[in-house]
Amino acid sequence: MLAWTIYISFAGAALLMCLPEKRPAAARWTALVAALAGLACAVAGWMACRQSPNPGALVDLVNKAWIPEVGVRFHLASDGISVTLALLTGIAAVVGILFSWNIEQRAKEFFALYLALIGGVYGVFLSFDLFLLFVFYEIAIIPKYFLIAIWGSTRREYGAMKLALYSFVGSAMVLVGLIAAYVVAGSQTFDLVELAKYPFPAAFQNWAFLLVFIGFAILAGLWPFHTWAPTGHVAAPTAASMLLAGVVMKLGAYGALRVGMTLFPIGLHTWQNYIATLAVIGIVYGATVALVQKDFKFVIGYSSVSHMGFVLLGMMTLSQIGLSGATLQMFSHGIIAGLLFAVVGRMVYDRAHTRDLGTLQGMNLSKSLPFAAVTFVIAGAASMGLPGFSGFIAELQVLTGAWRAFPTLMMLAALGVIVGVAFTLRAMTKAFFSEDAAARSHFPAITIPERIGALTLVAATLAIGLYPRLLMDVITPSFNSPLMQPLWKGAGR
Amino acid sequence: MTLTHIAQIAIILLALLAAGLSKPRGFTRHVGEYFALLLLASLGMVILVGADNLLLIFVALELLSVSVYALAAFDKSSPASAEAALKYFLFGGMAAAFTLFGISLVYGVTGEIRLEAIANALAAKPAEPIFYVGLVMTLCGFAFKLAAAPFHWWAPDVYQGAPTPVAAFIASSSKVASFYVLARILFIAFPGARTDWMSIIAALAVISMLLGNVAALVQTSVKRLLAYSAVAHAGYALLALLADPQHAWPALIFYTITYAVTVLGAFTVVAVAEQNGGANMRDLAGLSRRAPVMSFCMLVFMLSLAGIPPLAGFFGKFYVFIAAASAAPRLGLLWLVIVAVAASAISLYYYLQVLKQIYATAPGEKTAPLAPAYFTQAAIVFMACAVVGLGCFPSLLLTRITAALTAHPF
Amino acid sequence: MKLTLLTLIPLVGGVLTLRWGRKAALAASLAALAFVGVLWAMFDSSATGLQFVERASWVPSLGMEYSLGADGLGLLMLALSALLTPFAMAASWKIKDNLYFALTLFVEAGLFGTFTAQNFAHWFIFWELSLIPAFFLIKLWGGPKASRAAFQFFLYTMVGSVTMLAAFIALYASTGVFDFAQLSKSGHPTMLIFLGVFLGFAVKVPLVPFHTWLPDAYAEAPTGTSMLLTGAMSKMGVYGFLRILVPIFPEQLKAAQTPLLWLAAATIVLPAAAAFAQRDLKRIVAYSSINHLGYCMLGIFAATPAAYNGVVLQMFNHGITAAALFYFVGLIEERGGSRDLYHYGGLRQVAPVFCGLMGITVFASVGLPGLNGFVGEFLIYQSALPQAGWPALVSVLGLLLTAIFYLTLLQRVFTGLLPAQWRHWPDLTARERWIAAPAIALMFALGVYPQPLLRLLNLS
Repeated sequence: MLAWTIYISFAGAALLMCLPEKRPAAARWTALVAALAGLACAVAGWMACRQSPNPGALVDLVNKAWIPEVGVRFHLASDGISVTLALLTGIAAVVGILFSWNIEQRAKEFFALYLALIGGVYGVFLSFDLFLLFVFYEIAIIPKYFLIAIWGSTRREYGAMKLALYSFVGSAMVLVGLIAAYVVAGSQTFDLVELAKYPFPAAFQNWAFLLVFIGFAILAGLWPFHTWAPTGHVAAPTAASMLLAGVVMKLGAYGALRVGMTLFPIGLHTWQNYIATLAVIGIVYGATVALVQKDFKFVIGYSSVSHMGFVLLGMMTLSQIGLSGATLQMFSHGIIAGLLFAVVGRMVYDRAHTRDLGTLQGMNLSKSLPFAAVTFVIAGAASMGLPGFSGFIAELQVLTGAWRAFPTLMMLAALGVIVGVAFTLRAMTKAFFSEDAAARSHFPAITIPERIGALTLVAATLAIGLYPRLLMDVITPSFNSPLMQPLWKGAGR
Repeated sequence: MTLTHIAQIAIILLALLAAGLSKPRGFTRHVGEYFALLLLASLGMVILVGADNLLLIFVALELLSVSVYALAAFDKSSPASAEAALKYFLFGGMAAAFTLFGISLVYGVTGEIRLEAIANALAAKPAEPIFYVGLVMTLCGFAFKLAAAPFHWWAPDVYQGAPTPVAAFIASSSKVASFYVLARILFIAFPGARTDWMSIIAALAVISMLLGNVAALVQTSVKRLLAYSAVAHAGYALLALLADPQHAWPALIFYTITYAVTVLGAFTVVAVAEQNGGANMRDLAGLSRRAPVMSFCMLVFMLSLAGIPPLAGFFGKFYVFIAAASAAPRLGLLWLVIVAVAASAISLYYYLQVLKQIYATAPGEKTAPLAPAYFTQAAIVFMACAVVGLGCFPSLLLTRITAALTAHPF
Repeated sequence: MKLTLLTLIPLVGGVLTLRWGRKAALAASLAALAFVGVLWAMFDSSATGLQFVERASWVPSLGMEYSLGADGLGLLMLALSALLTPFAMAASWKIKDNLYFALTLFVEAGLFGTFTAQNFAHWFIFWELSLIPAFFLIKLWGGPKASRAAFQFFLYTMVGSVTMLAAFIALYASTGVFDFAQLSKSGHPTMLIFLGVFLGFAVKVPLVPFHTWLPDAYAEAPTGTSMLLTGAMSKMGVYGFLRILVPIFPEQLKAAQTPLLWLAAATIVLPAAAAFAQRDLKRIVAYSSINHLGYCMLGIFAATPAAYNGVVLQMFNHGITAAALFYFVGLIEERGGSRDLYHYGGLRQVAPVFCGLMGITVFASVGLPGLNGFVGEFLIYQSALPQAGWPALVSVLGLLLTAIFYLTLLQRVFTGLLPAQWRHWPDLTARERWIAAPAIALMFALGVYPQPLLRLLNLS
């Protein structure tokens, strides 16, 4: 069932290309139907996983021979982690389309590229053959480029090219690592489960891990390789920013976890502390830089870097609680970032045509766009990590894991949380709650698709915040599965 | 079916396509002579890949080359065409001299011209220094034909100056033929000297990859860009020669065939654009509005050249990298793979620039839709489908290659 | 179910207020008050331990439980919150925005939740969630410098919260539980963890030197919010000390007793001195709030059961008197247009009832015997002086200073020459008298007969 998410998305993209040129309505409804179908499959997969007696086990979806000459198979499978991220993709896909409802110019190409990107993302989360995973990972790069280059705003061509090149360089690093692993293992297979069993020599692992992990982590926004993220997010159109920050950055983190950490556990132990330090630097740096931004979208862009730092930190704790927290943070941040970009990009920028906080201050947005103001307050609260929202549970777990592994880093990360509060509050007050009570601008009302999209995201983050077991029940057992066993050897947790 | 048959079939099909897509009436009155020369060149290629002795190889090579020199000059109204042909002829002549000299030295050392016999002769006696000179000279001669740096200087001018269909022909089928015959010579005739020629090939590969990609970054003419990209791709293909024979052959053949199809398609699109405006980057602006299907096919070709999955170019490169990395000693050539991957990453930039012009930039003054001939459109779409198909299901071609290799090993 | 229901009343009421207006809000707050009364009646004062306990599993793998319960202390705090909320709403009746009243109800929900939670995760949610409505209440309806005050308030409190969270995470990492009762038995926390949690509460109370956010916040907030802030929200901090710090970190408290006592003394004396120097009426009351809470801290750090009783009494009584004081100061500001002390004079002649009632409140705050403020302070000093020695003695200075500045305030505002502009200063209207009446009545009642409260506490 889950595999259909991939097929539907690509089929939708192909269908969209065949639609007549000047009918944006047809394009958006087709895209919405395809995304909803994908979401339905993802939800079905999640429910099945929750109800299964062993949610953490790896469930094979498709496993067919593909290119026997190099030992590549078309192998799709899922465990709790994949299911969670597929669910995130489904939600983000639907909501992104809702927030792009107003795209008129070249709508069908927009939505075709969008669905192709979604298909690639689903593919990464469900692939268990390294070649296949890599193929989907790379497939996702080109739609991103075009989405930003054609429909973006500030410095879009530069932002698009930077993003594409950074992603491509990252994946190039991963490719080298994968080829090396394939050759060393000598078993003529690219299957992740098989390769994970192979005992790669320690010296090999030390550099192979770094290559593969950093290659993926570039896309996850690991400091100091994060510089594509703020530029890219700002340049991208709203839906693309939502997807970029919400889902695509998670591709990098997922790849780092699924491939880098699973294949090369010894290398992981060697580099654990260094990467954890980089992660925490990212948390604090991202938050601090966000504090001084004048452009609203840049604030959110840097906040994404900061939040992804939590994901990477959680991964490095090598404890079940830290890793579960990291996965939950991937989901949580995906939703929250989507919400933040939706407000900033679609609700505010599309109407006010400015993202400068100083200018916005004079527009008294809390009176002219009350829905946007309330949504941003909720999104901001969630972003700060206030309890009741998903971010709190995720950050709590990450910090708990971090305390056991790196107490000093944990305290620095807590500092990052405080700075996070500061910049969120600053952006919120500057953009929405100005002193000048009399000034009132008139903007078009918030449309129905925007409201539905915003409410969906708010409901998602609240639901997980109040009842985290919805996801924790599938995430935590996944780290007990046989695939993850090598991670715990030597960690003793 | 042997590997040679596969190569010949590919060459003939590509030649047919190139011939069918050329519209010689557009640039010359001598249509009959044009096709005759094309056929002669194709004949040369078919013999080239089937030849089993050095002299026949040389003769076929010359048949191919001379025909192509003449074809390059066919547009009498364009001084660039004449200049290109002249450069090609002069360079080519020198290279041919090198090759002949090298062959004669090899004959002198071994007393044989048949490939297998040469190998036996070399195995029997210890190697003399003069042999290495011959080896190097032969390789340099072939490197010219392949447009491998630093023997590539003719390529940008020829690709840009010659009539576009001719450039397409040179870029596609002659590459297949040249690589095939080089592989034959190296693996059949000189297997014992492997360690020696490996370093030369590796050096050629590295220089080609780096120079080709870096130079392509700054090009404004799409044809020159394709020329430098051809240099880079020659570099990647040369990597395949460094692998162990059982991986090298499939990798090389798959790579060259898919590359040839891709580049033929790209040149055809460029030709259509040229007839309707020009072949600079600026002229491609907004092409997606005027010719959506062709633009999409160009997207396929460019991304395949860049090495984006699930296109044939990606799998070609991937297979070559695997083959090179698996070569004994294990991971010994990994540094080379790293260089290749890095170079490939750089290349995305300029391919995206082309695509950016086509898709993202607003169209210039010309906004009328393009209406190329039916056959051209069908051919372009066919080639794009082939690229996608071979990218998604490379086994279609690979099984045949490996079957041929196992049935008739060298 | 009952405590959940209690918390739901203001929560649902807040949502309904957005649609139906202030009257719905008032109704909801009165309903909550009635419900608390019911709970009080049902409470068994002779039993030890928690009553109305509710437990539900929430995230067992993380030790998070939905865990509620109320003992005497909790019930008293619930009562205080339930009393103050309608008072605060009545004081703000001139504000027409539904949102204001909805936010006030959300604050009340946060208070109810905090005072009944027995598991850190559960408790933390309500602790944090009450911040956002409070932030907006200050910012959107406050005075001229409200934005900065609100920002400071939020940020300071969050710093404390995050430190507390980090400390609890460390505690969880070593014990595996978040439940308060279990932690007090099993935890062996370190000084570092203690400091983390301490910081969180110290900012909230506030203890000197973490108090700098308070004068601005209380002064700039609208009257009703100030009443709620000083009456109930500040008690969240003291409650935290009693509920969390004392049971879980007894050794650390003992070890740090002397510096902590001096901190408490500083909290008593320094704000009182600062109040003396203020001209802004609201700031005077704000500083005096800090001072009064300092007595609570003195009692807590003295660490005897009798002192704890005094602390809780003081919490309750101060809540009432401080809220009433802000109410009256708010009335002055409304009528006179200024909060400047020197702006007024001789108002006794034109507004005798006003003077009388405000005077009673002031005297209660000063700690006159017979009024409610006295009992708490008396109990605290009775236990603290033998235990605490020098710090307690120094803090007596604070008592003196409080008397001085408050009497000065009364003198400046109500006695002396009446400026011409105030000749027609309206006295308290009937409505205002009714609004103030319950508070005044309690001041007398509890001053003379504190037994009902003490009975509740003795066994908690």
